[in-house]
Amino acid sequence: MSAFWAVVQRDLVLAMRRKTEVITAVFFFVVVAALFPLGIGPEINTLRLVAPGILWVGALLASMLSLGRLFAADFADGTLEQMALSPNSLSVLVAAKILAHWLLSGLPLVLLAPVLGLQFDLTEEALWTLTIGLLLGTPILSLIGAVGAALTLGVRGGDVLLSLLILPLYVPALIFGAGAVQAQMSGLGAAAHLSILAAMALVAAVFSPWVSAASLRIALES
Amino acid sequence: MNKIFFHYAAPQNFYGLAGRLWPWVAALASALAVWGLWLGFFVAPTDFQQGQGYRIIFVHVPVSWMSMIIYLAMAFWAFLGLTFNTRLSGMMCRALAPTGAICAFLSLWTGALWGKPMWGTWWVWDARLTSELILFFLYLGYIALTNAIDDTRRADKAGGILALVGALNVPVIYFSVKWWNTLHQGASVSLTQGSKMAEIMLQAMLIMAVAFWLYAIAIALYRVRSMILMRERHAQWVADLPEIKAQVKRTSP
Amino acid sequence: MLTVSHLSLSRGHRRLFSDVSFSLMPGQWLHLEGDNGVGKTSLLRLLCGLGVCEQGEVTWKNQSIVQEPENFRADLLYLGHQLALKEDLSPLENLRTDALVAGRDGSVDRVMAALGQMGLRGREHLPVRVLSQGQKRRTALARLLISRAPLWILDEPFVALDSPAQNALSGVINAHLNDAGMLLVTSHQPLSLQGQALSYRLTA
Repeated sequence: MSAFWAVVQRDLVLAMRRKTEVITAVFFFVVVAALFPLGIGPEINTLRLVAPGILWVGALLASMLSLGRLFAADFADGTLEQMALSPNSLSVLVAAKILAHWLLSGLPLVLLAPVLGLQFDLTEEALWTLTIGLLLGTPILSLIGAVGAALTLGVRGGDVLLSLLILPLYVPALIFGAGAVQAQMSGLGAAAHLSILAAMALVAAVFSPWVSAASLRIALES
Repeated sequence: MNKIFFHYAAPQNFYGLAGRLWPWVAALASALAVWGLWLGFFVAPTDFQQGQGYRIIFVHVPVSWMSMIIYLAMAFWAFLGLTFNTRLSGMMCRALAPTGAICAFLSLWTGALWGKPMWGTWWVWDARLTSELILFFLYLGYIALTNAIDDTRRADKAGGILALVGALNVPVIYFSVKWWNTLHQGASVSLTQGSKMAEIMLQAMLIMAVAFWLYAIAIALYRVRSMILMRERHAQWVADLPEIKAQVKRTSP
Repeated sequence: MLTVSHLSLSRGHRRLFSDVSFSLMPGQWLHLEGDNGVGKTSLLRLLCGLGVCEQGEVTWKNQSIVQEPENFRADLLYLGHQLALKEDLSPLENLRTDALVAGRDGSVDRVMAALGQMGLRGREHLPVRVLSQGQKRRTALARLLISRAPLWILDEPFVALDSPAQNALSGVINAHLNDAGMLLVTSHQPLSLQGQALSYRLTA
């Protein structure tokens, strides 16, 4: 088994023994999806219109909640240091951690989204667009979030600071993800939006591990 | 040329250079600002559609431009700092950030002040204003991060990475916000819609833009001097400075 | 094969140490001495490549550790104050993952043998959380048996170990030194190890 999969497995096993990470993200998503209608009103036509935005923002916030923990525990107990001293590229090991984070915090949202979308009376095609969009978008959130988590590692007020740093960077994914569902609902077709999301995901996958690894080394220097 | 570059890359030498430069730059900025404002407020004709209130664009447009240019300048210094590991580059980047944030805020504020008589609302989700808002958040994030990290070298480097990541994302963000805005066929207002730019208006705006640019340079130089003093405060050359000696003399019993 | 030349480090404005130079050859071990707070841990971390040297150079096999760092890291084993153990995993799981991440042979037999040699027989499958402090330290030190790295940099390895464990650790280190290994160690206790002993005192 390679170093990459060893790190993925370790993070998954650790999360399974504590379970809070998965449950927090899922629970938050459900709560947000329920709170908005309570704040907006039960008129189903209004809710159908705002559903893509609400579900995407909910997924974004839920994914962001667990980012603070991405590197913090490893930093505290010295595991991160050992990873930085490994002859294996730190970018590869970081990519493994990001994959594990997505599997625990992003994938559950993707699976839950169509169920929540039913509450907003979205059509079957809209639900598909929503799910595929989140399947492409949640990795983007994990990848961009990793850079923020690495920069704010060990910093006071890290979690709030992390949110401030990465929310502006999340905007494009949010626009195209929610926009895809809206385009589908208005009959224009979501192909263009989803292609752009896929391109963003690809670019993020290439750059984020490397930038995050560089940021982690900076954090380990002090 | 290289020798001059490396000579002034040392904070000690740059301190003196910046000290000599900034008053002149500030004076030039003030002169240009007076000229530009005079052109904008007294010489430029009253707009056919918008009346006198439009004149705020002579502040709004230049600060909008500056908010973007300053961010690019920060990205430039961040790149230099990360590549060559120079202390001064990090300081220049941090010195520009507050001014950039102020320009972004002024852009939003003057945009709102102009918008109210024009469109009847204090805020419109126009592509440019929304992008400006996100740029403002990027500035705030940078300032928050560099202030939160105690270790100055780490703060400089982390801020540098953030500035670069932000700079590379700004076109993506702008493009996606533009897409978002046009899709909804909403209030797609152009800030110069309905009036052909008179020659004199453009001239006044350019002069104001240069004035703001020079102001940004002057204040960044001034700020870097303060930073240098703070960071090098235990060095002998700082203790030997005439202004420090005078200060110590004044404050010691 | 490890050469340190004119190394200096500052924290903020405070100069921790300057002009540190020494070298280490196979079979030698160097005891880094100095008072608390003088910068021993910072120096060790710098030698591992975890910091950026402002001045001076560290070379391994005549190549700067900054060039081709993977080669240096493949030959290095560093154990600092932190144990780098996950509390919810067992010693076996911890060390297996650790070995794979570090590119070393992490087969179950090898890890079990190492844990047994460090006195943890019967506890290999318990979560690290329930082990005593001494047992946790011995788990972390079991890495020494799994690794084949020639250069060991250990920061106070004998801390919190009882007599038998200290003897076991000395035995492991002696075997390493006799096998052309190198050791750089800090310790407030006096050390008696085989191989050629060097020492360097770090002063402010």
